[in-house]
Amino acid sequence: MATGDTAMEPVLSVRNLSLEFVTRRGVLRALNEISFDIARGEVLGVVGESGAGKSLTGTAIIGLIDKPGRLSGGEIWLKGQRIDNIGHDGLRKIRGRRIGMIFQDPLTSLNPLFRVGDQIAETVLTHMPVSKAEARARALALLTEVGIPAPESRIDAYPHEFSGGMRQRVVIALALAAEPDLIIADEPTTALDVSVQAQIITLLKRLCRTRGTSVMLITHDMGVIAETADRVAVMYAGRIVEIGPVADVIRQPKHPYATGLMGAIPALGAKVQRLTQISGAMPRLNAIPAGCAFRPRCTEAIGKCAEAVPPLVPVGATSARCWLHEAQVERSASHG
Amino acid sequence: MFAFAIRSLAQGVLVLVTVAFIAFSMFRFVGDPVVNMLGQEATQQDRQELTERLGLNDPWPIQFARFLGNAAQGEFGVSYRQGRKVSDLIKERLPATLELAVLSAIFATGLGVLLGVYAAINRTGFVSNVIMTTSLIGVSLPTFLIGIGLIYIFAVELRWLPSFGRGDVVRLGWWSTGLLTESGRKSLILPVLTLGFFQLTLIMRLVRAEMLEVMRADFIRFARARGIADRSIELRHALRNTLIPVVTIAGLQLGSVIAFAIVTETVFQWPGLGALFVNAVQFADVPVMSAYLMFVAAVFVIVNLTVDLLYFILDPRLRSGRRVAKGH
Ligand SMILES: Nc1ncnc2c1ncn2[C@@H]1O[C@H](COP(=O)(O)OP(=O)(O)O)[C@@H](O)[C@H]1O
Ligand SMILES: [Mg+2]
Repeated sequence: MATGDTAMEPVLSVRNLSLEFVTRRGVLRALNEISFDIARGEVLGVVGESGAGKSLTGTAIIGLIDKPGRLSGGEIWLKGQRIDNIGHDGLRKIRGRRIGMIFQDPLTSLNPLFRVGDQIAETVLTHMPVSKAEARARALALLTEVGIPAPESRIDAYPHEFSGGMRQRVVIALALAAEPDLIIADEPTTALDVSVQAQIITLLKRLCRTRGTSVMLITHDMGVIAETADRVAVMYAGRIVEIGPVADVIRQPKHPYATGLMGAIPALGAKVQRLTQISGAMPRLNAIPAGCAFRPRCTEAIGKCAEAVPPLVPVGATSARCWLHEAQVERSASHG
Repeated sequence: MFAFAIRSLAQGVLVLVTVAFIAFSMFRFVGDPVVNMLGQEATQQDRQELTERLGLNDPWPIQFARFLGNAAQGEFGVSYRQGRKVSDLIKERLPATLELAVLSAIFATGLGVLLGVYAAINRTGFVSNVIMTTSLIGVSLPTFLIGIGLIYIFAVELRWLPSFGRGDVVRLGWWSTGLLTESGRKSLILPVLTLGFFQLTLIMRLVRAEMLEVMRADFIRFARARGIADRSIELRHALRNTLIPVVTIAGLQLGSVIAFAIVTETVFQWPGLGALFVNAVQFADVPVMSAYLMFVAAVFVIVNLTVDLLYFILDPRLRSGRRVAKGH
């Protein structure tokens, strides 16, 4: 249902996004031709091993790429408005207001010297035409909503007085404070105790569903994706190698890398496993091989894989970047 | 917090007692007080009488206890050279030194924080580069050279400001101030600049480095991701986190302003405690020397206590943090 509704404009549309780092030893391409949409209320999972470019994609969307990184191509559209070229002040009005961000580490995301309630109220006051009293009332309501016990007294507490899980709840409240259209959650539970990870994901999912907020959920954890996401994008070495409805990608992955990842899904209730089922390691940015970047680790590689990067083409219900599906590749090439 | 304050206080007292012991020892090892007070021509009988009267025949722990008791009341005996009570001499000189040091401290911290923040926010700007380069001079030039340079420019060449002394002072009870007369204020300018310049550059560089560090923190990034305005991120979120470590080091540095005052007071013939001490050293005037030592120690202890208290005001983690307090 989430994939093909062309009548509804996507909340977020990323088109051919590329990002590079200009270093002394040359230009490193960290993101290559990234394209995806997120529909209203949809949860897009983004998976891939460490260094694949997941965080950079999220950071690029809210325009927080630091030097020496820079967008070198592509477009980002938010509800029909192009946002990758609107400048510093334009972006600032979008951050927090229309796109909320949740970073990995709840322990360090909050300013240690400010009361949590003040930090929430600050966000509200920045984006909404409300009085201080209204902002505080909103902060209290948000803290209640994210499940902080005794919020009336906790609103004036400092971050260090909360546990990790509770702090991540505060961070979620902050991200939702100005009712954004989209939340980008970058590994929101990785730093947390295993026992609270599921609670946080459930909370995030519930809050976003009731508000119709879209979510880009970056994670290592295929189990979380399987339970939470509508669609999933699999990233490898700066590219999306497969994207499609979560059920299809899990049941019938088309890209050999995705196939390897799915083998790493833990059985229901089992402990979370890292994505280590595929032998070898992802190449560093300065050593990405010609052709398909996954070829050196791929057990099904053919001659063509070393020659050119395969395009992302529809294969059944999903889209994949792999020469093994050459028939589809050629068919789509003759179409366009 | 209460336990922490008690501990700081106890440490301060320990420092003072230790310094007092050193000050006390000076009497025994630097010259003979009896000879110092009576001169070479005194008779044996005079000497014995004085030795008895000063209690110098008592065992040293008793003498030390007596010294501590007197010191606690601000009494350090009589100056060998001037024949006046040391406490009176100190009282007379204290206003000059304190006025100089406090104004220097305000100048150094105020401008230091301001310039440091500016240089951190506009890291690559032209003005920042000028500030940073100038500050290198401040860090590397010795204080007396800066003083002499300032005297040469503003007193000798331009003739705008006096080159020595306090100018006219107004007496308010036992306090004397140069702040209420024009010549007094003019006289303060060069010594304050000289004494404060080194601290100023130090604090400025410290604030800049610390602030750049804080600006890289995750919570700053998160504040940006929430759309908080740049000014608010810099001047609220970053600055407060910057000031916590800065307070300690700046505090300790300001304690040393008092110690550095010796050089500045000498260059400008400033009638303060530093000048008194330099004279006392020349004549081995032990009561004055030991009193000065105790004074400097007391200043450091007070500054330290103030810094500890400021920590509690600035950092909520210490205020409520049982976890943190137990940590070390
Ligand atoms: N400032 C930087 N300079 C150079 N390379 C960087 C920089 N930041 C990130 N990268 C590289 O970009 C790639 C993608 O990083 P990231 O998006 O953080 O990966 P992940 O998928 O683990 O979130 C990595 O190879 C990383 O080394
Ligand atoms: Mg990451």
